[in-house]
Amino acid sequence: MSNLNWTRKHIVDIESLSVEEILTIMETTDSFFNLLQQPVSKVPLLEGKVVLLLFYENSTRTSCSFELAAKNLGAEVVKISVATSAVKKGETLADTVDNLVAMGTDAVVIRHSASGIHHQLIRALRKEITVMNAGDGNHEHPSQALLDFHTMRRYLGDIKDKKITIAGDILHSRVARSNIHLLNKFGADVHVVGPSTLLPMGIEEMGVTRHYCLDEAIKDSDLIMMLRIQLERQKGGIFPSIGEYNKLWGLTDLKIKKNAKPGCYIMHPGPMNRGVEIASDVADNPEYSIILDQVTSGVAVRMALLSLTLTGGGLVHEHAA
Amino acid sequence: MNMLLKNAHVIDPANNIDETLDVRIKGDLISETGKNLELQGEEMYDLSGLWLTPGLIDMHVHLREPGGTAKETIETGTAAARAGGFTSVCCMANTNPVVDNVNTLTYVNAIAQIKANTNVFPVAAVTKNLEGKEITNMHQLMQNGAVAFSDDGKPISNTKVLRYALHYSSMFDVPIISHCEDSYLFEGGIMNEGYYSTLFGMQGIPYVSESIAVARELELLRFIGGRIHFAHITTARSIELIRRAKNEGLNVTCETAPHYFTLTDEVLKDYETCYKVNPPLKSEEDRLAVIEGLVDGTIDVIATDHAPHTTDEKALDMNQAPFGMVGLETAVGLVLTKLVHSGIMTPAKAIACMSCNPASVVKINRGSLSAGSIADLSIINPELEWIVDSSEFKSRARNTPFEGFKLKGKAVATIRNGCIDYDSTNFHSHIAKNLV
Repeated sequence: MSNLNWTRKHIVDIESLSVEEILTIMETTDSFFNLLQQPVSKVPLLEGKVVLLLFYENSTRTSCSFELAAKNLGAEVVKISVATSAVKKGETLADTVDNLVAMGTDAVVIRHSASGIHHQLIRALRKEITVMNAGDGNHEHPSQALLDFHTMRRYLGDIKDKKITIAGDILHSRVARSNIHLLNKFGADVHVVGPSTLLPMGIEEMGVTRHYCLDEAIKDSDLIMMLRIQLERQKGGIFPSIGEYNKLWGLTDLKIKKNAKPGCYIMHPGPMNRGVEIASDVADNPEYSIILDQVTSGVAVRMALLSLTLTGGGLVHEHAA
Repeated sequence: MNMLLKNAHVIDPANNIDETLDVRIKGDLISETGKNLELQGEEMYDLSGLWLTPGLIDMHVHLREPGGTAKETIETGTAAARAGGFTSVCCMANTNPVVDNVNTLTYVNAIAQIKANTNVFPVAAVTKNLEGKEITNMHQLMQNGAVAFSDDGKPISNTKVLRYALHYSSMFDVPIISHCEDSYLFEGGIMNEGYYSTLFGMQGIPYVSESIAVARELELLRFIGGRIHFAHITTARSIELIRRAKNEGLNVTCETAPHYFTLTDEVLKDYETCYKVNPPLKSEEDRLAVIEGLVDGTIDVIATDHAPHTTDEKALDMNQAPFGMVGLETAVGLVLTKLVHSGIMTPAKAIACMSCNPASVVKINRGSLSAGSIADLSIINPELEWIVDSSEFKSRARNTPFEGFKLKGKAVATIRNGCIDYDSTNFHSHIAKNLV
């Protein structure tokens, strides 16, 4: 492993990470990924540290993944259920976190419905602790994009000039935004597809090609990343029905075989709506579905992020190498 | 009080005056304006190097009283206005309770009488409780001092109600100030829709939310008559629609605010709630269109839409923080820095947008230095360079997007009803001494 030189204390978005930083995260993730294949996969890098999980939106895999990552590193983990917290009583996020910091927290992992909340929080905190973004509004979900990238590297190697298609509700997707930033940093050919009402204005300026037709968008793709369609969006009238959505943008084995590049891989950040955006014959297809690999990479990536931001990298080098 | 103001750069656009002159004040009235006026025993001040203008008028402020006094009061809001060089403000009706009845209006007038630091000309609501359903007692409200009607903060979405409001108000030749917004397109939005809302992941408000409302209301104006003044115009399309309507002779005026010719939606990159404002900051193209509209006279008025909020409210996240920014204490500096010193507008044209133009929209006997006018004047040091520091604001609120801005040009004193009302540079003693 190369010499780790890590100074960043917070992970709030992909946009501001450099290529070098992302590569350092990937190398660190590789070590933890290998470690996770061992019978004893714990390494006490964060012994004595307290990692707080503060999820203002529902989450199964992200919160569980961060929890396992922190525990694998020997940290204490505290999960706050927002439904019963003071937040519901009108406390501001900064007050909540200041209080938790006063109890001796070293890092806080936050998912919140307001875009930019982590930027605001870092400015407002009285004492600096590591702030990690587990999803902010429609803005970014950096650990998801990093685990996606880790999975892609395992299967595609270098992604430069690879055609990668992101399909679904781009408008409301923080996963899409983080991935678009990351993929462009590494020179991929990024395409997005979905109903016109779910492709946001100016998305091309982020460096992607826009499509409405799924067949066209996945033509010769090396990898297709499906996004979850939130079923309640339909009630807002932004697209006419689940049935029509499935017909036009639902990914099936047939569509893949007909259009995508042979050997094309399929990813999905979960949770999946089977039979809506993705057919079961795609999701469960061992030939190209790498959806569960994403989940495995997720724990390793989050171990890398927590250990790098909390130890500055030196110890990580020693233990993980 | 009698005084002779010597050697001022007098900018009085209503009378096409823009030169170095003397102004004599007798009692609470302007007595005369001319060259080399002789001292007639009054106090004399040398205003060399300073602009002397009609008392500036901000026809769009939120003083928050009654009901919102944690944000601002009539006393503090007008203190901010005075420190910013204004001698008159028009305050919006969206208080709690709403200024939709004579009792509440009388309350506002009474507090203003005792506490205000500028003239306060209230704007009353168009509809009861701003609900957009039933029009208010316009005649009685006017008799008690309302100078215009507005549901500002909310559009009047029911076109039939707006029709009645326009038609009814046309009997009294009083403007309806339109908060032009399509509430469905606006709903849930935080910032201007476009590349930046996409990049920052915030729900967008399309610019047509404004221009659709403008188009609809202009059609109604053409149909039924009356007078519309569009508040806070921000987009190229709205300005184009208003320009055409004016060319056709429709009875329409409009205003913009300093933040719309100074800032664009790109500033939301830091997720600072001080940039969350309604209507939202627009694109660079729109910003340039606002400037063009000011230059060609399509936009008549520069008003601040001073919208104070508490620091706690603005500490909320981007979704929950309220819309609005304060503007009274930065307006003159921004107008001079961004429009006048940059060579975009002449001093006279810029001052007109803050004096005689708003005075004629709301028909108040202010905004000119004609002999016999009420002696409300503003004194501006056009060369004074300063840095915006919200901790020095007279406003209760600190929600400015201009913190740390280096500006050139500042109002340094005001005279109201012939009395020196505000004198930040102490010209009263200092300059008098120079002359003796």
